Amino acid sequence: MVSAPANDASVVVEELVKRFGTFTAVDRITFAAYKGEVFGFLGPNGSGKSTTIRILCGLLRPTSGRARVAGFDVASNPEAVRQHIGYMSQKFSLYNDLTVIENLRFYGGLYSVTGALLKERITWALRMAGLEGREDSMTRTLSGGWKQRLALGCALLHRPPIVFLDEPTSGVDPLSRRRFWELIQQMASEGVTVFVSTHYMDEAEYCNRLALLMRGRMIALGTPSELKLGAVKGDLMVLEADSLPRAIEAVKPLPQVRDVAVFGNGLHLVVPDARTAAVAVRDAMAAAGVGILRLEVIRPSLEDAFVALTGRAVDSEQEAGR
Amino acid sequence: MLARIWQFVVKEFFQVWRDPRTRFSLIVPPIIQIIVFGYAATFDVHNVPTAVFDQDHSQESRELISRFASSGYFKITQESGNGARINDLIDRGRITLAIRILPGFAEEIRKREDASLQVVLDGTDSNTALIALGYINQITQRYQQDYQRDYLNRIAPLASQRVPQVMLDERPWFNKNLEDKLFFVPGTIGSVLMVMVMTLTAFSIVREHEIGTLEQIMVTPIRPLEFILGKTIPYLMIALFELLIISLVGVMWFEVPLRGSIALLLAGSLLFIAGVLGIGLLISTLSNTQQQAMVVSFFFVQPAITLSGFGFPISSMPPVLQWLTYLDPLRYYLVVLRATFLKGLDFDLLWPQFVGMAVFALLTLSAAAARFRKTLD
Repeated sequence: MVSAPANDASVVVEELVKRFGTFTAVDRITFAAYKGEVFGFLGPNGSGKSTTIRILCGLLRPTSGRARVAGFDVASNPEAVRQHIGYMSQKFSLYNDLTVIENLRFYGGLYSVTGALLKERITWALRMAGLEGREDSMTRTLSGGWKQRLALGCALLHRPPIVFLDEPTSGVDPLSRRRFWELIQQMASEGVTVFVSTHYMDEAEYCNRLALLMRGRMIALGTPSELKLGAVKGDLMVLEADSLPRAIEAVKPLPQVRDVAVFGNGLHLVVPDARTAAVAVRDAMAAAGVGILRLEVIRPSLEDAFVALTGRAVDSEQEAGR
Repeated sequence: MLARIWQFVVKEFFQVWRDPRTRFSLIVPPIIQIIVFGYAATFDVHNVPTAVFDQDHSQESRELISRFASSGYFKITQESGNGARINDLIDRGRITLAIRILPGFAEEIRKREDASLQVVLDGTDSNTALIALGYINQITQRYQQDYQRDYLNRIAPLASQRVPQVMLDERPWFNKNLEDKLFFVPGTIGSVLMVMVMTLTAFSIVREHEIGTLEQIMVTPIRPLEFILGKTIPYLMIALFELLIISLVGVMWFEVPLRGSIALLLAGSLLFIAGVLGIGLLISTLSNTQQQAMVVSFFFVQPAITLSGFGFPISSMPPVLQWLTYLDPLRYYLVVLRATFLKGLDFDLLWPQFVGMAVFALLTLSAAAARFRKTLD
């Protein structure tokens, strides 16, 4: 194995651009990720998460910009990059017509993990996946959660210092998702840099840092709490009423309320000042004849941050388009 | 490097062996094909449905008709009338052939004038028509000779004994009784191998592309050459096993002789299989879906068999197509197969075929390796 040049950053991305024809899938993304960090890509489908991960794995060539993984340039030295990474695609790329142990041996062989080391790593992977005693089961008979952990085991047989997981929890039950995230946290604590893409807000909370992607652009980068605090300027209030549509009508025109969004069975209001806003909301609701069930200040969630940030990005795009 | 290739070989074997459909298709269809070709593929013509319109009703005409009837080549139905029905009978597919003896046939012969025999043929199947016409010619000629000798005998017995004849001394080599199966069975071995290897390999890469494992393989440090070798070696071995089965059927069941060296046959087969593998893998790397791969491989296999000399002699093709046959690995392999099975030839005569197949294999395999890139764009 080629040893990586000493560098604190596992992954450095500068002004990365990927175009497919006229479509820009990744648009000038810049960030760095460090050893032992769980780095999340959060964004809706088509926001450029998978494309970015594929570029970092050397599967796609960047149109412009630079990306260094484990100290190697992904465009000019993809083979050296591949020695240092583990990759798990959305599809859990396992052979359904091979047994658990055959899948592990196959991928171990491709990474030149052999002999005693392979045996040791397979034992480790089986324990990690909870598949001890099921070595000879056909992979097709495993349920989503097992498959997911087996795929992770296959991607980690060669002990890569950097791991890319592209929506690893899609199609997996909640219990398996929780267990999977425990595995990710454990890997990170052992010094592995983990990249995860997801569109689940609750999962994004587990990341040390998050990059928010939308339409190929990175619209925010920070820890989950930084994003939450930074995104919502002012206070966040929840309003529950006996008629939601009429409540929206009543509070939306208020100058004391900056933004209204539906969350579950209530409304989240972004307000510059909670005290003055509360008075104005109560008056407006009373005038409209809508009963208030709940009105109080809450701490913003990641979803609030996401809504606020994407809304802001759309606004600025429209501004730029004008 | 070896560990990576080995893992690939093991994996491919497991996958082929586990799939009952693949396992079945490796054994049953090839045997069926060779049996069908051994029995059904023949150029011989027997029992051609024939209508005879004898409008002469003479001793001579009856004599001629009985000669047709007893030859075994024609299944004769006597028809009355003047032959107006010929059109209808041919259109309905009742007959392939109509023989019409016009009134005055015997009289003209007796007057020592040329007499004519009318033959109407359905030329749709030109091969059968041609062969049937050949037999008609033979029988009529024979009849004429006999009639002439008879006539000479009567008018000049002494002279008739001195009329010389050219006798054919037939000695067909390699296939004494000119059995079509000896021609077709070795050819079938070649075409069956080609179809099998094509279908196995044309799908093998594109399938992994479809299920997503190819992307996973791409992010490993595997080299393109290792990947191609890992995909080649298992199918090479499976194809050799295939060769063994169908050769056994050919030799044991159809009594096709194996006069040449087995080592030479094996060496030639290896080169041929490698070439077809190369084409199959190339198609697989170029295709995006298994359906695409199937269509493209069909468009290769079909002309490759036609141009190989499997059924139609290459020497009868137009020059342009004859040149094209040099791009066909089956062309070389059929020569090797027929030479080793029937003729017992050695390498000193067969090396040009070996060179042809080796070049083809080298080109296609390296093209496939070059086409396998480890990027998605």
